[in-house]
Amino acid sequence: MRTVIFRFTAPYLTSLMVLFSIFVLLRGHNEPGGGFIGGLIAASAFAIYGIACGVAPVRRALYFHPMAIAATGLLVSVSAGCISILLGRRFLTGLWTFPDVLGGIGLSTPVMFDIGVYLVVVGAITSIALALEEGDD
Amino acid sequence: MAVSDTHAAIDASAAQLPGALAAADYLPILPVVICFLAGAVMLILRKRTAWHGWIAIPALCLLTLTDLLLLRRVAGEGPQTMMMGGWRAPFGIAFTADLAGTLFATVGAMVALACGLFALVSISAEERRYGFFPFLFLMMGGVSGAFLTGDIFNLYVWFEVLLIGSFGLLILGSRHQQLDGAIKYCFLNLVGTTLFLIATGYLYGWFGTLNMADIARKAADQPAGGGLYTIAALYLVAFGMKAAGFPLNAWLPASYHTPRFVVSALFAGLLTKVGVYALIRVLLMLLAPQQQDLAFILAWVAGLTMMVGALGALAQTDLRRLLNYVVISGIGTIFVGIAAPGALGAGGDGAVGLSGALFYALHSIVVMTGLYLAAGVATDRAGSSSLHDMGGLWRGHVGFAAMMLVLLFAVSGLPPFSGFWPKLMLVRASFAAGMPWLGAAVLASGFLVTIASARVFALAFWRSKPEHEAMVVEPARYEHLDGPKPRGADAMLPILGLVCLVLAAGLWPQWLAGLTRTAAAGILDPGAYLHSVFGAAP
Amino acid sequence: MEAALSLVVAILFSVAIYMLLSKHIIRMLLGTVLLGNGVNLLIFTAGRVPAITPPIIPDGADHLEAVTANPLPQALILTAIVISFSFFAFLLVLAYRAYQDLGTDDSDEMRVAEPEEQGLPPLGY
Repeated sequence: MRTVIFRFTAPYLTSLMVLFSIFVLLRGHNEPGGGFIGGLIAASAFAIYGIACGVAPVRRALYFHPMAIAATGLLVSVSAGCISILLGRRFLTGLWTFPDVLGGIGLSTPVMFDIGVYLVVVGAITSIALALEEGDD
Repeated sequence: MAVSDTHAAIDASAAQLPGALAAADYLPILPVVICFLAGAVMLILRKRTAWHGWIAIPALCLLTLTDLLLLRRVAGEGPQTMMMGGWRAPFGIAFTADLAGTLFATVGAMVALACGLFALVSISAEERRYGFFPFLFLMMGGVSGAFLTGDIFNLYVWFEVLLIGSFGLLILGSRHQQLDGAIKYCFLNLVGTTLFLIATGYLYGWFGTLNMADIARKAADQPAGGGLYTIAALYLVAFGMKAAGFPLNAWLPASYHTPRFVVSALFAGLLTKVGVYALIRVLLMLLAPQQQDLAFILAWVAGLTMMVGALGALAQTDLRRLLNYVVISGIGTIFVGIAAPGALGAGGDGAVGLSGALFYALHSIVVMTGLYLAAGVATDRAGSSSLHDMGGLWRGHVGFAAMMLVLLFAVSGLPPFSGFWPKLMLVRASFAAGMPWLGAAVLASGFLVTIASARVFALAFWRSKPEHEAMVVEPARYEHLDGPKPRGADAMLPILGLVCLVLAAGLWPQWLAGLTRTAAAGILDPGAYLHSVFGAAP
Repeated sequence: MEAALSLVVAILFSVAIYMLLSKHIIRMLLGTVLLGNGVNLLIFTAGRVPAITPPIIPDGADHLEAVTANPLPQALILTAIVISFSFFAFLLVLAYRAYQDLGTDDSDEMRVAEPEEQGLPPLGY
């Protein structure tokens, strides 16, 4: 799209939206938010970048193919369930660990699962959006 | 992030199941996990198409092996339950593998293995790059999940997962025919799952639970009323659409012949049977009293589906479209067992109808897959899929012609192959249920399918190659003939494996009939199922 | 509130069925989307719509203090919305591709997979 203002602001907007999407993803454990909605925000960020600057720069910026990102997300989500198999617990049991770094944070398999969902949504929706945008050119 | 566990009044651990598990306890969940892991890895390695076969075939072997181990355990010890996240039933999502579901999952995995082997020689590198194998595993994950889940909303989710996988397989290659078929397939199936969702919403409103065991427990002492009939009828329409029962079957002959043969084979074998399985699970296990009042409608649906399928098969010129109608006829035959499941107990016949329906469904999965794969080889060799142009295929391919003959005999229900015994059980069941006309319809449709099969064999294999000029057809109809040719021993091996299954089930039917009898008893009297989900004190 | 929402559900269903009866793909597409939304609203309404109170048992209590909506139907439609959204995206691409390739969005004219003049199979040899 040949609008100077849009082209100029799109990269900033995209980076802000991706940051915000990660915030929403991490907030999702105890408050509204989560992997799906975060992934949608990130996917729309890439779609905006694609509308402003064309599809090729988005693909370059993503580096990995969107489908590969989605597949990685699927792998992460399923692995989150498999950790409970390795520890002899029931499948998808939420497991927590509190390593003493950064002032004490909680790491858990639900968060890992949510990160997987986030990647699946980012990958799948971005690849559909980019395919549609490519068709327009 | 702050988690307050300070209050002694609420003991959160009471909601969790105690204890660690042994390795074998994970068997109900492993088929789904294997499918998703393999699919995800192959999707990451999308461009390394040469590796796909090396990942897919071992993964499919592993899937089959896991299902066989699960089958052995379920047959020996009764239904197995895995509660997701360790939450107690009925609050957590349950995966409950009972004998019926496990049998379907096992045969489904075997068929998928055969299709995976066939795909190695018939799917081009480009189609692999577009994700043939990842979609295959996504679909198999959905199919395995649907067969093994013990939660009705979870069943809906698995239906959608397998639907997404099947959409991907259906349009892979985007030829004109495929787009045309996919439009009809996608819309009809989407409306079907929407009806499924409505029915599930009402069911939750009625029972306040989504766990199948809990519903079965509560449905036993429900007053007869209009509400549950609405729900049962909605499920019948939704799953009837999925299973391609008359009059909701027009989407099947419009779409199943459009993708690659190996994809058609997988669809014809598995997808309609998932609908049948869900119908059996919901109508016979959860809403059994309502089934008795719907039995008459079910019987008519069964009879008409069989006749429409058989007559449609007689009228077709194209081999693939003929097979589409044979699939429909088989679905009608399975519906006979749902309409007349028989009864357990002292005065009953050991649920011969439902047992026959399960047996026929398993037989149909194997035979229809085998037939589509064989049709792929035959079409490649004859250079056409029209019965006008095929001929002389037995010359030089005697073994292949024999395999085709076995499959055609089996699908027509002739002894000594696997289609004969379940049809015998179903005819007996319909007489016992006071519906002799339904038994007559089974025999009549079997007769018509025999004529159609005999015509296929006589025209495509037995007569010599016709010498007339091939009929003038637009090239679009033969666009599915491009791509790699399924030739040589690699293409024959999966068909041979399926034929061996058909022969084994036909010559030694008692072991499979014994399993389906136990499975049918487990559905009509879900005591063991409830015990597995709720433990000793429900 | 529930009565009004039920009316909205009824309107959504009737509009969706009317759209689905059309032979143009794009209208059918809109029909399926409306049908999906109608179903979601139906299940949402069935879970009751009282004043906004989160269904969370406060610390120290062992039951809810006020009448709240049932959260489970809302979780169900959240899943269903995600699914119907992805199907809508897929169908949109599919319909667009079919329109480009087949040159029509009239489902009556889509006869590539099922040609009209098929003729009888050979009746003998």
